[in-house]
Amino acid sequence: MSLSLPFTKAHKEVAILIEFTQQLINGLSLGAIYALIALGYTMVYGIIMLINFAHGDIMMVGAYVGFFSISVLGNNIVVAMVFAMVTCAALGVVIEKIAYRPLRNSTRIAALITAIGVSLFLEYITIFLLGPNQRVYPAQAFTVTNYHIAGLSISNKDVFVIACAVVIMIILQYIIKRTKTGKAMRAVSLDKDAALLMGVSVDRTISITFAIGSSLAAAAGVMIGVYYNTVNPLMGIIPGLKAFVAAVLGGIGIIPGAMVGGLLMGILETMVSGYGSSLYRDAFAFGVLILILLIKPTGLFGKNTGEKV
Amino acid sequence: MQKMNIKPVRFAVEVIILVVLFTVVQYLISTGLLNQYYQINLTSMCINIILAVSLNLINGFTGQLSLGHAGFMAVGAYVSAVLTMNAGMPFLVSCIAAALAAGVAGFLIGVPTLRLKGDYLAIATLGFGEIIRVVLQNIEYVGGPAGILGIPKLSTWPWLFGSVLLTVLVVVNLVNSSYGRAIVSVREDEIAAELMGINTTRYKVLAFSIGALFAGLAGALYAHFFYVIKPETFNFLKSFDILVMVVLGGLGSTTGAVIAAIFITVLTAVLQSFPAIRMILYALILIIVMIYRPQGLMGNKELGWKIFGRLWGEKHGPAEY
Repeated sequence: MSLSLPFTKAHKEVAILIEFTQQLINGLSLGAIYALIALGYTMVYGIIMLINFAHGDIMMVGAYVGFFSISVLGNNIVVAMVFAMVTCAALGVVIEKIAYRPLRNSTRIAALITAIGVSLFLEYITIFLLGPNQRVYPAQAFTVTNYHIAGLSISNKDVFVIACAVVIMIILQYIIKRTKTGKAMRAVSLDKDAALLMGVSVDRTISITFAIGSSLAAAAGVMIGVYYNTVNPLMGIIPGLKAFVAAVLGGIGIIPGAMVGGLLMGILETMVSGYGSSLYRDAFAFGVLILILLIKPTGLFGKNTGEKV
Repeated sequence: MQKMNIKPVRFAVEVIILVVLFTVVQYLISTGLLNQYYQINLTSMCINIILAVSLNLINGFTGQLSLGHAGFMAVGAYVSAVLTMNAGMPFLVSCIAAALAAGVAGFLIGVPTLRLKGDYLAIATLGFGEIIRVVLQNIEYVGGPAGILGIPKLSTWPWLFGSVLLTVLVVVNLVNSSYGRAIVSVREDEIAAELMGINTTRYKVLAFSIGALFAGLAGALYAHFFYVIKPETFNFLKSFDILVMVVLGGLGSTTGAVIAAIFITVLTAVLQSFPAIRMILYALILIIVMIYRPQGLMGNKELGWKIFGRLWGEKHGPAEY
């Protein structure tokens, strides 16, 4: 009795540690998905100061394109993802041209209302065309295997999601930091008029930003399809809002902020549903948002800027 | 002299129009000429008018984009349903309590969030609306996700008519008072308003709380007509519905909000069996109105004596107020 007590205590501690690490891994792959969506929000906000409400729905379209690309065209998951990314890049550019460009000089509220309109439009045109039911992601897309290492169960799903996200983020960093397009994007987000005077084509740069942001969302969409195994026309709303919270958490408009914010959101969310109540999972994200907005509205990485008259 | 006498005449005409409208509809209902289907739509119409007019006070006149109006409606609906069913309160008491509860909720949510600007505020209010819904879903006392069933049907035409009238009167008189001018100044230029000595936060919270209060009233009426309330009914799509009415009618036009609420209710009724098409139309309304007429159909104009006066060729009529 006296011997076994410390043993069970130590055993319990190990079990708690393993459980915690498990949650962390689950959170990391969910967070990687959020980070990819948050990047799109942040890039668009950084360049035209618009919360692209439709971003989550672009992700949904990406998930569907991936779905059909696998189930109808019989592509493998990587090809499907690239296919979805290209399609959504085009969709993002078209949306920007039709809906957001005419409003570039109007109030931000007007642009936000339009974005809500675009979001509703994408959701319900999908319901109209494909029906409101959810579909199961094709099984041949991904054969799930679980690796058991030191009491942890790691699925190749998690590995795939995290690896893809890392590769995509490295490419994104390269584009933004090392290419001429990236330089133009940074210039436009810093000062649109000055960039125009320096010979940067502002319209083209904004289009490219939308294309890149939307393709990231599409990649995230395919990942969510693999991760949750289902797609439905309203699937973009909640991850979209959570990714938005992630973007705000990291400091909206700041690219590393979106990555960190996304990962944090994913980890926090799995912790809340793992240790607390999963019923409050969705409310929790909004709670985080409101807390940041009240305590440090510029986000973790943001700098305070005074209001100009 | 003639100009001075015209005001009471107009007031009398307005009262007569309202009395006639009330009596005719009441007669139609009591004789059964207005069947169940039309009564449901009439009720929705009245509730939508209250919601649109009250949201317009926040979004239109104060210029603070709130996307959480359905949350306040939910507070009102639940409070009133619990009071009439579990506490046996009369309808009037539960209506007042519902409105006050929603107003207090609006105040509590408004104080921290209204420090935020523009799009941040929109997302924060959307978040609060969703939090209210999720919390309701998790309270067993009010039925959790299944909601409350078997609420007595007490929202009759006199209640609805009276509530709409009350909402419109309060909002119109508020907007035309010195408070209203302060509220509009916040919309026009917050920094300038602050420099003129206006406590902008106070007026924003005031408008927000009053808007929430009437949303609570609308919720109470809703609960006591449709027999059942569920948290799911009050999700953010409901808030977007109300936003569509406000945007279509004109940000800052009460009559515009009323007209748009009537129009949207009719549109909803016509497209009842095609919900997807209805939402696509809503989406297109939002996008097209914002691109081609960002001030909404009515802008900040009111449909009133001035416009009719102009139609009748009266050139220099006295101001409406």
